[in-house]
Amino acid sequence: MNLACLPQTDFQLGPEALGALMPLHLVVGSDGKLLGCGPSMQKLMESKPLIGFDFFDVFEIRRPSGLGTLAALRARAGGRIYLHARALPGTGFRGLAVPLAGGRGMLVNLSFGIGVVDAVRDHALTDADFAATDLAVELLYVVEAKSAVMQELRDLNLRLQGAKSAAEEQALTDTLTGLRNRRALDVALAQAVAGPRPFALMHLDLDFFKAVNDTLGHAAGDHVLRSVADVLLAETRSNDTVARVGGDEFVILLPGLIDPTRLEQIALRIIARLCEPIPFEASFCRIAASVGVTWSTAYERPDADTMLNDADQALYSAKRAGRGCVHLHNIQPPGSAALGA
Amino acid sequence: MHGLINRSIQCFLRDTYGAAIWSAVTREAQLGFDSFETMLTYDIAQTNAVIEAASRLLGRPRDTVLEDLGIYLVSHPNVQALRRLLRFGGVTFADFLHSLEDLPGRARLALPDIDLPQLELIDHSAADFTLICRSGLAGAGHVVVGILRAMADDYGALSVVEHLGLRNGGEAIMITLAESDFTSGRRFDLALKAVAE
Repeated sequence: MNLACLPQTDFQLGPEALGALMPLHLVVGSDGKLLGCGPSMQKLMESKPLIGFDFFDVFEIRRPSGLGTLAALRARAGGRIYLHARALPGTGFRGLAVPLAGGRGMLVNLSFGIGVVDAVRDHALTDADFAATDLAVELLYVVEAKSAVMQELRDLNLRLQGAKSAAEEQALTDTLTGLRNRRALDVALAQAVAGPRPFALMHLDLDFFKAVNDTLGHAAGDHVLRSVADVLLAETRSNDTVARVGGDEFVILLPGLIDPTRLEQIALRIIARLCEPIPFEASFCRIAASVGVTWSTAYERPDADTMLNDADQALYSAKRAGRGCVHLHNIQPPGSAALGA
Repeated sequence: MHGLINRSIQCFLRDTYGAAIWSAVTREAQLGFDSFETMLTYDIAQTNAVIEAASRLLGRPRDTVLEDLGIYLVSHPNVQALRRLLRFGGVTFADFLHSLEDLPGRARLALPDIDLPQLELIDHSAADFTLICRSGLAGAGHVVVGILRAMADDYGALSVVEHLGLRNGGEAIMITLAESDFTSGRRFDLALKAVAE
């Protein structure tokens, strides 16, 4: 600010008028002693040393550094200074010092700057402690309004998080393949076990899938899983439940189908199709599959866990027998069938 | 209409008349959901449907429901934040009245898309005022009447606030201050932390 540009005026302000305009001002005499202050400064400093004490003993100018004398302060008149009262280390001020006419000292006006929110709390300030033109109260208003809005947003996020968890909890679809998921299979299997209709369970596990992931990347792996899903849906009926129950594990629930020969045919057809190279970008993904099968009429009293476990056992026996095989639970390995065998 | 306003109506009905009434209102108004979200925007037809449904189910005129909403917004313990924000308007009730024109602008500082009524204050004397309220929501002036009556109590100012009907392209509200320091009113600290209520 270029003070020389201001028009010369000749007027005097009494302490009350000065206090109303600048409640946080300080008047410093030519000897550096504090001669007066605004009402809010008085309130802040309460019983602490102020009037009659040396300005630089009461306040410390932090920036610009090296401002320790009135002469130095006068040389920087009109520039922004950062300071605090030594007795109130937690309350920072931003200020401006201007020389009084006739070399009678300086007028220093202060504000809390952005620290106003803390200052209001720490010193129990009210509207009356700010000049009518001061935007401090508006700033407090905005801070509080913003906090209220943030609280609403936090509450909204919590509600959305809760709704999302609930939705995930209830979801029955495997998002990658669009097949049913483990939860959906459990529900369908429980219904099948409780129902009157016989049914079969097929447990299918991909072979060489890890190699696809490792050599061609996860995008290729995901593409393979989606292609497998297409094959499984194409080779089963619409009322069969086809579920992806693990990374590359699938279970198919086939209501009303318990003929071992037909089950074996279906499984072999699936395996044959999964052995066909799957194009991905410029290359081909090559996988195979092993299948374990069981069916409800093989049990006196079918039970979901037992049947899943038996299908799993049959699957691993198929894996051990060489990949691309079907093993039927309850039927000894010689009765098993292998693709191309 | 802004979700915050719809949510205020919901909280008013729920806190004043109970959760069952609010559920009945959502069905009667055919909202298709059970709760407004504060940070979403809704068709004003839904706001009107809720007010009409509440009016029918409670057997109270629409204007009365709206005025009760205004009183609730200032005086209910569940919505202290709004009362505090309103108190930033001034040190006295008269100051507060003079700050009303700034209210929509203040609200937009926090929520740029909020659609509060446009308010115009005419001061006939130091104690007689007319407030013109223009809003897309018919009867919004009655909410303002409720807010002003409750704020006068909050400041401890004795005043008369009356809805005069439609005038000057808006709803006119007459405010007469009888005595500015009727009671000491409720305490207001600028600092949020200092409030121990």
